[in-house]
Amino acid sequence: MPYDVVVCVKQVPDTANVTAEAMKEDGTVNRAALPAIFNPEDLNALEVALEIRDRWGGTVTVISMGPPKAAEVLRDSLYRGADRAILITDRRAAASDTLATSYILAQTIRTIGRYDIVLCGRQAIDGDTAQVGPQIAEKLGLPQVTYLEQLVDIVDGQARVRRNVGRGWEIVDVHLPALFTVISTANQPRPPAARRVMRFKRARIPAEIEAEVRASLGNASDEEVLDAIAKRTEELRRQGLLLEQWNLDDIHADLNRCGLPGSPTKVFRVQAIVLTKKGYTEIPPTEEGIRRLIHELVVDRTLG
Amino acid sequence: MGNYFLDNDDIQFLFRHIDMKELARLQEAYTDNGQADYAPLDEEDAVDNYWRVLEIVGQIAADIIAPHAEQIDREGNTLNEDGTVTLHPLVRENLRRMAQADLMGFTLPRKYGGLNCPNLVYTMATEIVSRADASFMNLFGLQGIAETINAFASNDIKDEVLPRFARGEVTGAMVLTEPDAGSDLQAVRLRAYQDEAGQWRLNGVKRFITNGCGEILLVLARSEPDIMDGRGLSLFITERSERVRVRHLEEKLGIHGSPTCELVFDDTPARLIGERQRGLITYVMALMNGARVGIAAQSLGIGEAAFRLARVYAHTRQQFGGPIERLPAVAEMVTDMKIAVEAARALTYETSRICDLENNNLRILETVPDLPKDEQKERKQLSRTLKRINGMLTPMSKYYASEMCVRVANDAIQVLGGSGYMKDYAAERYFRDARITTIYEGTSQLQIVAAVRGVASGSFESFVADFENTTYGDQELDSLKNELIEARKRVQEAIQFAKSQPTAYLDLAGRRLVDSAIICIVGHLLLKQATALERKRHVARRFIHSQLPELEAKCRQVLSGDMSPMDAYEVLAGPVPSLA
Repeated sequence: MPYDVVVCVKQVPDTANVTAEAMKEDGTVNRAALPAIFNPEDLNALEVALEIRDRWGGTVTVISMGPPKAAEVLRDSLYRGADRAILITDRRAAASDTLATSYILAQTIRTIGRYDIVLCGRQAIDGDTAQVGPQIAEKLGLPQVTYLEQLVDIVDGQARVRRNVGRGWEIVDVHLPALFTVISTANQPRPPAARRVMRFKRARIPAEIEAEVRASLGNASDEEVLDAIAKRTEELRRQGLLLEQWNLDDIHADLNRCGLPGSPTKVFRVQAIVLTKKGYTEIPPTEEGIRRLIHELVVDRTLG
Repeated sequence: MGNYFLDNDDIQFLFRHIDMKELARLQEAYTDNGQADYAPLDEEDAVDNYWRVLEIVGQIAADIIAPHAEQIDREGNTLNEDGTVTLHPLVRENLRRMAQADLMGFTLPRKYGGLNCPNLVYTMATEIVSRADASFMNLFGLQGIAETINAFASNDIKDEVLPRFARGEVTGAMVLTEPDAGSDLQAVRLRAYQDEAGQWRLNGVKRFITNGCGEILLVLARSEPDIMDGRGLSLFITERSERVRVRHLEEKLGIHGSPTCELVFDDTPARLIGERQRGLITYVMALMNGARVGIAAQSLGIGEAAFRLARVYAHTRQQFGGPIERLPAVAEMVTDMKIAVEAARALTYETSRICDLENNNLRILETVPDLPKDEQKERKQLSRTLKRINGMLTPMSKYYASEMCVRVANDAIQVLGGSGYMKDYAAERYFRDARITTIYEGTSQLQIVAAVRGVASGSFESFVADFENTTYGDQELDSLKNELIEARKRVQEAIQFAKSQPTAYLDLAGRRLVDSAIICIVGHLLLKQATALERKRHVARRFIHSQLPELEAKCRQVLSGDMSPMDAYEVLAGPVPSLA
């Protein structure tokens, strides 16, 4: 039986390759200084989705919320095999915290309508909250299974998955539809497929088409620009290369729950912590040494 | 997340330095794309595709193939009792990933699901893959088999087989060598006969067959029992079945991931490729030429891997109060390794580029029926010229790059010292893997025999003439160029002398003549590169100034006329010893 899967992905700054310019004066992330990449665990989630389709058939729809630039991760998803890609981009969504973001994504999934499985990466490497996936599940009223490491099987609308619980794993059975968050050990994501790259590298969202047309036409009149945009959009639509771009109205969002108004998280203080302790302590590999180490860790409350 | 393309400045430089648009234009001219929706809009778009494809290859090489290499080397593949072979699970995983990325129909036309990339891009990809695991190149690099089918088989066979190659469902083998037919393929004995129903069948034994356990076998067989030379041989295609048994899996010095099979054909049904009697003289020759460039690319990958290991080690290993790269002897080894890799790459990529010109020119001549007369004439003439140049450059590249990688892998062990001799580092694997490259697809000695013909018959002079007539408008480059012109005159003198001697002397002097010609050619290629990149000026200078004295020594030895290895063989080699 085929399954329709929605995968939530995010474009993030590559925090694994941090340089000196990575932080702004005020201690927040300088996104401009870091290359933007596909959030790594979202790629693992996409791979789970593609494996489900390989095994049982169905569709894989990738959604992302972000600025027009985030269309890049949607193209990457198509390169790897996704069937459909939607970007939710809207200025009114700016500054959304996890509560607002999960609301917007949940509304998007509702608007898509048909889904058996929702997949998210466990967490994004910029915020590291791991909150968005679970919050989407709550808002959609879906059961959620976090830390998915293996999708064992799906039988009669019931999925059996193995989730990693840190020092071990547990097998969970869950009725679909359900939401899963996926961790990096679940799989090795498939590479982009060359033929799909050659085809979908030209896929664009309307915002990109507009920017490209305006850049190429320079001082043309508004009418000419609009005409060229319409022509280009139609051309891409005909070739199946028009990516979907939705705004908050398209997903019938309550604006009070989006962006700044919908984000109760307030940054109280950003503190840069620089560990000043130098050197290291050598622990002799003896019973006594280990006893002292544990005692020390208990005293400074690392343990216990 | 590594990338063996994006971390390699020299390959990227050459991608930009070489006129890829010209190759793309030719590659895309008169193409049959079938229903494919991924064809490029124009040549610029095609070049952009090539770059993106290499990015994917680089990513898979670094993230998937390289981490598997050591375990595959230690464990190898398995021969089963029923005459089948089970590839190492990680080899299968490598293949699965390449197929997922659509990379197994690299040069095939789009109508079969291929990427329609030029040979040069395939050569770059082959190098990148080989750097990760030289033995996996023997599976990835066997796409020449599909190309041969595309070039010579009937449409029925092509339609049936080629899409399966492009989807990565099947791999192939070129089944040529026999126990008594190695370098001398004219001696092939495996019998092809037609049964009462007119069905071709194959009977006999093949040996040293790379990936002989693959699904699609191209088999060279004697279809004309009365004609004992190469004209009695035809090429057949057959699929893996219970009528082809793997009798033995060779235990080799290196490339353990590549299954080398002894095959027994037992009245195996087969289909003829192209025409009878053209098996060796046309089809296999074409196949081998492509395969030789492939081995040159494999050699580049091994050389690159060995160099990188040595470079890092020389930088980090502390002895005598500093990194060993500060010791003159080590510094020279490391720099010469790097220059050797770049020199061989310059020659191989140029060869591959000219292969593209030749192949596409031929393809257009053969497949476009209504070419204007003038164009047809022009292309025919161009074909002859390109064929002649390639007849020299292809064996040169195979010879030069393979000898380079053996030397560089050897030096890498030397730079690592005792550690290099241990299995703790990949240096010893690179060396073992490198060692086959000067042997298979024609030994170095046979490449020299092929190349020396071109060197002695004017192809060499005509090929370098364009370079010699170039004015760089740069004092140093022009002066280096003049040194190369003088060197070429010296080589010509040696050639003339060798030709004036008894026939065997040209073969005896072959290695030195070919070496000398290669030094001139590579010197010019590096000079041309120096016009585009300042660093290459240093590379060209060092190469020319370290190699011209070698050229001089080689030419002097040729001019000595010493025939003693032939004339005094018994005396010099001494009596035949007993090996007991």
